[in-house]
Amino acid sequence: MEKTCGTAARNVLGVAQQTALEDIHDEDGPKPDSAVVRDALGVGVAVGLSGFAFGVTSAGSGLGLLQTCALSLLVFTGASQFALVGALAAGGNPFTAAAGAFFLGVRNAFYGLRLSQVLALPRAVRPFAAQWVIDETTAVTLAQPTRRTARLGFTVTGLSLYVLWNLTTLLGALGAKAVGNTDAWGLDAAGPAVFLALLAPMLKTTTDRAVAALAVLLGLGLLPVLPAGVPVLVAALAAPAALFVSGRRSGRDRTRDEATEETR
Amino acid sequence: MNFWIAIGLTALGCYAVKLAGLLVPAGVLERPVVRRLAALLPVALLAALTAQQTFADGHALVLDARAAGLGAAAVALLLRAPFLLVVGVAVAVTAGLRAITG
Repeated sequence: MEKTCGTAARNVLGVAQQTALEDIHDEDGPKPDSAVVRDALGVGVAVGLSGFAFGVTSAGSGLGLLQTCALSLLVFTGASQFALVGALAAGGNPFTAAAGAFFLGVRNAFYGLRLSQVLALPRAVRPFAAQWVIDETTAVTLAQPTRRTARLGFTVTGLSLYVLWNLTTLLGALGAKAVGNTDAWGLDAAGPAVFLALLAPMLKTTTDRAVAALAVLLGLGLLPVLPAGVPVLVAALAAPAALFVSGRRSGRDRTRDEATEETR
Repeated sequence: MNFWIAIGLTALGCYAVKLAGLLVPAGVLERPVVRRLAALLPVALLAALTAQQTFADGHALVLDARAAGLGAAAVALLLRAPFLLVVGVAVAVTAGLRAITG
């Protein structure tokens, strides 16, 4: 369980990390609603603005305005959106492109699992709340001391992030059209920079780094020989491979590894 | 049309896993091996995607201005720069290098 929380907290960038740290110190006393709203808006606004980078990247990858906006409205999980437009731009077929984006979105199921215990939402509300189950809302929600503040944090982060992310996506897509050749402006570097920023806080243990290194080797090594989009899916196998190898290690090593994980 | 198929599949799949997390009983996904796999899967995918989108040109591997941009982004990350600044630095360095080298 701590692992899932830790993953959520680590995935959120800048403001969210500060928020989580502040909240740890705040746990002694009751937390005023205004503080929850302030923290939630901080995350929502900071991350919501990055929709601009997505809009630009998506339009630069050859997707139309409607397609770009549909992705932000309907998919609403940044890494998957960037992965999809990247794969489509590279000439991947729609099924391998969607598979890569889907596997990146699987982590949200584990956030939802944790959130459903903390928020205790009525069943009828869950289909509506589901779209907001992402890295940032999870980090803010899990940092709250009570159910009431957790629900407030989830709602404010989700709403502000959803509205801003879609608004800035639209502006970014329109901006890219106005700019014309997005590569000349270096905007093709935005996608990989986003991935790197999401990845960096996840690289804590030796296993994490080994998985990342193996995935890079597979992803680059297979690029010349497999159809576009497929090497990334093969690279994903680095994850179960690492689990298999670490599962075969001696009990002493495994205990030590898990102790490292707990401190994350 | 292909783009719309990919968008539709991704939207359905990503929404389904979000909803599944809220609806399924906790026990189903709480097995340690499943949790560890879910934590490692994004690591593998993001690492491969970062490398490919930095060094790939179609089916060929190339070293161009993007690599310098990503190097700058890595430095920004080490200096704990906020998310947008990290992306901004990568874009600016890539564009700057292209402007200089033509």
